[in-house]
Amino acid sequence: METVSAATGDIVTTSRLVWALIVPLLGSFLVSLSGKKPNLRESFSIVSAVILFSMVLSMVSPVLAGKTLYYQLFKILPGVTVSLRADAFSMIFALVASSLWIAAAFYSMGYMRGLHEHAQTRFNTCFAIAIFGAIGVAFSDNLFTMYLFYEIVSVCTYPLVAHHQDEEGYEGAKKYIVYLTTTAKGFLLPSLALIYVMTGSLDFPHNIHVGMFPADANSALVTMLFIFCLFGFAKNGVMPFHHWLPGAMVAPTPVSALLHAVAVVKVGVFCTTRVMLYGFGVDLMNLLNLGIPTAYFVGFTVVMASVIALTKDNLKARLAYSTVSQLSYIILGVCLLTPHGITGGLIHIANHAFSKITLFFCAGAIYVATHKKNISEMSGLARTMPFTFGAFAVASLSMIGAPPVAGFVTKWELLVGTIESGSLGILLVLLASTLLNVGYFAPVTYKAFFGKRPPGEPFEGIKEAPLSMVIPLCTASLISVIIGIYPNFFMNFVKAVIG
Amino acid sequence: MDFLIMNEGFPLLSTIVFLPLAGALILLFLPGENVQRIWAMAVTSVNAAISLPLYSRFDLTTAKYQFGEHVSWIPSLNINYTMGIDGISLLLVLLTTLIMPLCVLGSWTYIKVRIREFMICLLIMETAMLGVFMALDFVLFYILWEAMLIPMYLLIGVWGGPRKIYASIKFFLYTLAGSVMLLVAIIALYLKTGTFSIPMMMGQEYASNFQIWVFLAFFLAFAIKVPMFPFHTWLPAAHVEAPTAGSVILASILLKMGTYGFLRFCLPITPLATLSLGPYILWMSVAAILYGGFTALAQSDMKKLIAYSSVGHMGFVTLGIFFLNRQGLEGAILQMINHGVTTGALFLCVGMMYERTHSREIADHSGIAQNLPIFVSFLTIFSLSSLAFPATNSFVGEFLVLAGAFSVNKIIAGAAIPGAILAAAYMMRLLQYVLFKGPGRPDLADLNVREIVTLAPLLCFVFWIGLAPEPFLSVMHTSVDYLIQQVDVAKTAQIALNVVP
Repeated sequence: METVSAATGDIVTTSRLVWALIVPLLGSFLVSLSGKKPNLRESFSIVSAVILFSMVLSMVSPVLAGKTLYYQLFKILPGVTVSLRADAFSMIFALVASSLWIAAAFYSMGYMRGLHEHAQTRFNTCFAIAIFGAIGVAFSDNLFTMYLFYEIVSVCTYPLVAHHQDEEGYEGAKKYIVYLTTTAKGFLLPSLALIYVMTGSLDFPHNIHVGMFPADANSALVTMLFIFCLFGFAKNGVMPFHHWLPGAMVAPTPVSALLHAVAVVKVGVFCTTRVMLYGFGVDLMNLLNLGIPTAYFVGFTVVMASVIALTKDNLKARLAYSTVSQLSYIILGVCLLTPHGITGGLIHIANHAFSKITLFFCAGAIYVATHKKNISEMSGLARTMPFTFGAFAVASLSMIGAPPVAGFVTKWELLVGTIESGSLGILLVLLASTLLNVGYFAPVTYKAFFGKRPPGEPFEGIKEAPLSMVIPLCTASLISVIIGIYPNFFMNFVKAVIG
Repeated sequence: MDFLIMNEGFPLLSTIVFLPLAGALILLFLPGENVQRIWAMAVTSVNAAISLPLYSRFDLTTAKYQFGEHVSWIPSLNINYTMGIDGISLLLVLLTTLIMPLCVLGSWTYIKVRIREFMICLLIMETAMLGVFMALDFVLFYILWEAMLIPMYLLIGVWGGPRKIYASIKFFLYTLAGSVMLLVAIIALYLKTGTFSIPMMMGQEYASNFQIWVFLAFFLAFAIKVPMFPFHTWLPAAHVEAPTAGSVILASILLKMGTYGFLRFCLPITPLATLSLGPYILWMSVAAILYGGFTALAQSDMKKLIAYSSVGHMGFVTLGIFFLNRQGLEGAILQMINHGVTTGALFLCVGMMYERTHSREIADHSGIAQNLPIFVSFLTIFSLSSLAFPATNSFVGEFLVLAGAFSVNKIIAGAAIPGAILAAAYMMRLLQYVLFKGPGRPDLADLNVREIVTLAPLLCFVFWIGLAPEPFLSVMHTSVDYLIQQVDVAKTAQIALNVVP
């Protein structure tokens, strides 16, 4: 290890980062080879998930001590490298993605076997590669590396979305890939080239203030690039490029859970916020007045997606639109450009992940136990599936932002941030969205606990889903509560980001 | 002869050029089909091996032509046998020598009749192509340029598909029409300068009107070869009917002749015309990129899809060339190599499937991922490379071209971006069918060792260029800088001319 002193603390060159990438990649390789032995295959998944999580955990203490871990893999052109970096910002996402992979690995074992799904080897292989991509995004040191892993995630999740290989699956997957590659090629590729032409480099600086651009950069061009980056990372679900997300819900539920509540969509918001804070920098965004208008723009997504969620009877579709809405919370918070706003946005990466994965896990458990997809058919089910619906209720409280669940921390910080920035409109957006959240989550829980079973559909034969599903979903909802009561674990990283 | 660094000792370039020809002569007397195959393989492999010192002994610090050879040929007309390579042609020479053994391997079982004649055509083709990249005398260049036509005509016309006669004649006529214009330009330049030496024609102050006409003659010849929209219609026909090796040679090397011509002749010999007509060619390149992309999106035949994608990819090359800056030019040259690697590999893949299914339709190969995992892995990586996925070779080339483009003209650069989207669209569409849709083909066997060996070297280059392109870019720097300087001198002279009167 060699240590180089830098303006923002120490930069430590370490190959640990590379190993963190090799683990899921190697895992996917072993999984693909062990297709004929399901038990061996699943244990490869779980073991790699555990190793990855422990490797990410081992980076916590150096990062919290103010160090930045760094490793350069390849030099493509002058100023364009494939380099990895673990700083406080990357740790938030890396911890979330790697810890929830463990839960999802257990859960998908129960789900896929419970439903006797086909092509489980392909499924598990692609799943591991997707995590590889997500970890790569979390640890990317520059825009090129980020783009590289972003595209890897797009491509390797395609087979997951198209998993069922029926007409609906193809349609959803087609929409998925068309939206994601078109926006990436159409917006990100020219942005990369333009930024390279303007600055001669694609490296992110080490704090959130300075940004990549020279002081004399053409402000119209920078504004255009900012818009390109907002839309280019379309995995962030900002309207109008959000349609792929509900479309991707044709995938098996573990995919929806980990990828479309955690890894894929968080890759989108992570990239967006990384580029906003580190690429453009708070100072430049303030100077060009890019913050509040963007906050209003994504505020539209927050409200609109919630309104659409109200109209959906399919539980996964409702959760999908809820995700669209909640993702924009993160961008909205960051765009407030005040310390509390940024805190609220970034902490929501973790808070939303744990709560939303619980909700998707519950939707999958309900489907495995009852083969019901629609909310209207779930009346009274809580009496036979108390753990699943209990977890669901807790997680939906988090989405609403009620104490003591994680979502409350977000909402608190966001509200303080809004008041700091003095924009009344954003305050109204947050309040309206909270009410709408109640509007589409409360009926689900209420009907499940207090509703009557429809005539002719007795309780006989309905019981909780297998333990390998119930335990992960209860764990995830428990974590939602814990990080609501003790938010400091993730808050430390956010504070380190803000500096 | 100050432009040429003479080769001391062993005449490396002549050996590389004429070894395949000598091999072809010996092949005339070899009995037995397997012996003939192995002989062709041996000759092309040895040629690839002896071409490697060109890279290791290449002097990065000079823009002069290296490994030079100069022999007087027809003194009364001042025609000489002059050969040499610089940073622009070096990689193309290596691409040619390295791709030929793969062509032989790819034709191993594909070609079932007249093996001897087929291999002889391949070897003669190699001699002609290598000579074109090395020739520094215009007559020598022209003879070799024309010499490529005949073996290629035969490759398509004898071993091609159902419409081989139509395709081969179309190919022949198109290229011949271009060549005639090239000949006119050569004679015009000879009458002005009294020499056929290509480097001595550079840097002369021709009248701008004369330059325009010479440039247009050059342009027609090379634009047909590239092919640029709207001179491209021979390409899909030729590709579809050609045998695998023919398609690979066409895509990987023959198309590069056109862009090589732009770099070697248009820019340094007629710089003023390049400056005044360049902007139109940029828009033609954008048209080619978009047209190629849209047309590829509509194809149901895999070879046609790749053929039209070539039109789009080569559009990026010409785009990079005519922005006349270092990033653009280096990106263009790298993209020429990348296209050779990736498209050559894709044609090899299609050929391997054609041997199994006797069909090139996408629909006949739907869902084969479950039956042929190795093949599909190769196809996926090469398709991703073709759509310029980051960390593959094409991304570096395309990125450099775009960086060069954005630093000069943001509107033209922006207009080319939909081409990048289309590339993703048609390749993803191909992959979606091959990987997923459909019942699969349990009757097909996966790739054998020979086929894996054929594709593996290209796979290495995809990632090598994609992740560490410096060894490939470093050989270009000096020559590209010199090329830009040649154009800039003309630009300054022109400005001076406009100011003085």
